[in-house]
Amino acid sequence: MPTQFIVHDKIDTVGVVVVEDVQPGKDLTGWIMQTDETITLKALDAVPLGHKIALRDLKTGDTVLKYGHDVGRIVADAGKGHHVHVHNMKTKRW
Amino acid sequence: MGRYDFYGYRRENGRVGIRNHVVILPLDDLSNASCEAVANNIKGTMALPHPYGRLQFGEDLELHFRTLIGTGSSPNVAAVVVIGIEPAWTDRVVKGIAKTGKPVVGFSIEENGDISTIAAASRKAREFVQDASEKQRELCTMQDLFVSTKCGESDTTSGLASCPTVGNLIDKLDPMGATTCFGETSELTGAEVVCASRAASKDVSDKFMKVFNAYQEVIERHKTSDLSESQPTKGNIAGGLTTIEEKAFGNLQKIGRKTKYIDVLQPAEAPAKGAGLYYMDTSSAAAECITLQAAAGFVVHLFPTGQGNVIGNPIEPVIKLTANPRTARTMVEHIDLDVSGILRREMTLDQAGDKLIDIMIRTCNGRLTCAEAMGHREFVFTKLYQSA
Repeated sequence: MPTQFIVHDKIDTVGVVVVEDVQPGKDLTGWIMQTDETITLKALDAVPLGHKIALRDLKTGDTVLKYGHDVGRIVADAGKGHHVHVHNMKTKRW
Repeated sequence: MGRYDFYGYRRENGRVGIRNHVVILPLDDLSNASCEAVANNIKGTMALPHPYGRLQFGEDLELHFRTLIGTGSSPNVAAVVVIGIEPAWTDRVVKGIAKTGKPVVGFSIEENGDISTIAAASRKAREFVQDASEKQRELCTMQDLFVSTKCGESDTTSGLASCPTVGNLIDKLDPMGATTCFGETSELTGAEVVCASRAASKDVSDKFMKVFNAYQEVIERHKTSDLSESQPTKGNIAGGLTTIEEKAFGNLQKIGRKTKYIDVLQPAEAPAKGAGLYYMDTSSAAAECITLQAAAGFVVHLFPTGQGNVIGNPIEPVIKLTANPRTARTMVEHIDLDVSGILRREMTLDQAGDKLIDIMIRTCNGRLTCAEAMGHREFVFTKLYQSA
């Protein structure tokens, strides 16, 4: 089955788009590498290859989990299916 | 010949190289022109111009010498001609390289001028390159091989697949007695606790945290922002990486799932505790990091890239792999191994690791990497602070 996004760890709150043509409204199939599970998600933004997509509704102040670890914080709400990047997520360091 | 054996050049000190360079090595910026002239006169030699070597002092000067002597001492180098502006520091580099037992000679420019120096150095370089050309490869094993790794222009595909492919290789080669090295101190920010937990002992873990904290102090002292666009780089961000923490966890995939590192090295310090994985305190800038690893005696480099870094090194072949299908398609002349099949679930990580071992062994046997074919010879010193 074609995979449009990949999730490292079961507890992650974002996945990574691995194809070049994700447009709003597109139904996506995802693969959780840790558990080898298949999941589905509707994209609500155009998300470029390699960019993150929210797997659940993320609110300002939430910690973003990837690789099963804290990789930063949400600074503007990002609903499930939306693009997560520098416009709504920041480092907790430096 | 076994699956993991290769043909390399065994040097006078027993170490094994995979290339047979004759290097014309400048002590300082002033000697670059003479070195380049010698390399132009004598075919098959290679000059390594660089911008430093004057009025450095203290730890920064020690690092300069360690980098120069280490570069000349690399098993990938058969013989060295050193040229410096004055004789004393030139001799210090010659003596350091001579400890390996390889042919090395120094020339200084003061009281001779460039033209006489070039003539004398060219005569010696001619002898060295003809002698080196007779050196034969012999059968070697993984216990003879020193492998370094560092990633660059990373994106999220690096953490998903190309860095874990290197990790798979390290987990396979570590039990066979290979010596391996990773670094990139600033680029572990956010994953430092996990990295510390991968040390083989509490002492090594403490040594890592000391080096990590020292680097953080440098960043805190000089930063004018959260370093966004520097670390992660603008290219990283274009590739979908948002924060340093996210980049750090991707970076750390390169050491695999089980291998523990047995020591923490200073920049350009040669490993001294036998076979195993080493951490080296380095910048995360690709050319600086690889130059330091090459100077520490690592002879082949594995470089995962996402957006397509084109890095090479003059003496240590750099094998590039990517899991980004667009990079594999648009930058084909820079990519030695395409592992984007992992993302399409057409290739397992284990299969990708085996493919990387195959291309690494072919490279050790003499196959030129993309970076070698493209002429990438980035030789960049790490400078710790201003000169006197």
